[in-house]
Amino acid sequence: MKIHVDMEKCQHYGQCVFEAEDVFSLGDDGKLIYKVDVDDSRRADVESAVDVCPMQAITVE
Amino acid sequence: MKVLIVGAGLAGLRTAESLRGAGFAGEITLVGDEPYFPYNRPPLSKDALANGLEIADLEFKRRESVADVTWIFDDSATSTDYQQRGVLLKSGRLESFDVLVAATGIRPRTLNVPGAEKSKFSLRNFAEAQELRTSMLGVQRIVIVGAGFIGCEIAATARKLGIDVAVVAADPEPMFRPLGAEFGHAMKHRHEAHGVSFHMNAKIAGYLGGESATGVSLESGEEILGDLLIEAIGSLPNTEWLAGGSLDLKDGVLVDSSMRATAPSDVSIYAVGDVARYAFDLFDTTPRRIEHWNLPTETGRRAGKSIAHFLHTGEVLAESVNFVPSFWSDQYEDNLQSFGMPGIADSINVVEGDLMGDCVVEYLRGNKVVGVVGVNTSAKLAPYRKSFQETN
Repeated sequence: MKIHVDMEKCQHYGQCVFEAEDVFSLGDDGKLIYKVDVDDSRRADVESAVDVCPMQAITVE
Repeated sequence: MKVLIVGAGLAGLRTAESLRGAGFAGEITLVGDEPYFPYNRPPLSKDALANGLEIADLEFKRRESVADVTWIFDDSATSTDYQQRGVLLKSGRLESFDVLVAATGIRPRTLNVPGAEKSKFSLRNFAEAQELRTSMLGVQRIVIVGAGFIGCEIAATARKLGIDVAVVAADPEPMFRPLGAEFGHAMKHRHEAHGVSFHMNAKIAGYLGGESATGVSLESGEEILGDLLIEAIGSLPNTEWLAGGSLDLKDGVLVDSSMRATAPSDVSIYAVGDVARYAFDLFDTTPRRIEHWNLPTETGRRAGKSIAHFLHTGEVLAESVNFVPSFWSDQYEDNLQSFGMPGIADSINVVEGDLMGDCVVEYLRGNKVVGVVGVNTSAKLAPYRKSFQETN
């Protein structure tokens, strides 16, 4: 699956990190870092990350 | 088998999705009192107010698994028949249920003072945000009654739009209950630096104006005047429709860790989201109704799983409440974020930065850290959330 984060919306709160640490992280500068191509086996956790994003900035294809 | 979810907000949606995720294949009906699918409310006091978002910008993505649920819009519950297992709706329609989920959330509280009958603004739903935006754009100065998160976020948005803002509140400092006096005081300075004027410890004697409220008079005799008035003094849980049964409705609906409000032998009733009151087991045993944004998702997930488990096994799901409350707030260029329960702390410890700038602040009850709040330091707060789940 492909992950997209709308960086206009993202406020780097990092709530997604708790749901899928291997996909989302906050860098030393506090900014969001994420993987674009992720194996389908991670879908459940990635969808959880979509749910908990306060800015609703994450989409999955 | 039919699950009736009354309330079509975030908690109702997450409950339905979780039911399907846990394998429940029966009927699900959601009843919402607005004409919209579940949507995200936090932007109402920020982006929607500043930039006029459309409902489509705010609606949550709904999982395919809930494509088959029945949605009833523009209707609300008026009473519950516990014997016949039915909920009477305002339209006159009677909805039966095998399992009932209360997801009716909250409504803005209003102040009962002379002049309270005058029209004024509040901000909880999309229609109110649209009304407020339309009215606010033409005015020079607004009066906000209440200095909680909603009041402060509206203040910040109004200043961005170039509107003068006076905040009048009974509390000693803005966001006093969640953040405490010291952090609240620092937040007040941040707002004052952007031109907001505060009248704290205010005893409001009445609302002033013609048909519409445009200001307040204080018991001191002082008058604070503007062009329109917004009430943001907290909320009340929508539980009246549940009266007449055995539920504890003292402040929202009391539920156990499975979000269940009734005994296993009784009719199956659950509550989720802002209307639910329960103990946060990671922190203490006192049931609390906390209106943080992450909790409708947590409680909705838990309820869906619990209901499916109960229908399958006849037993109540025995899992403790491992949710860590979290809130966040954008005010001006600052991102405020919290994990845990800073509101129950008795002291704070600034571990990084200072309260007027970017910072990390621990909240302690006795010598135990029960919460953490940061400004523009999200990455540094994550370890605290983990420690609450691991060590408490």
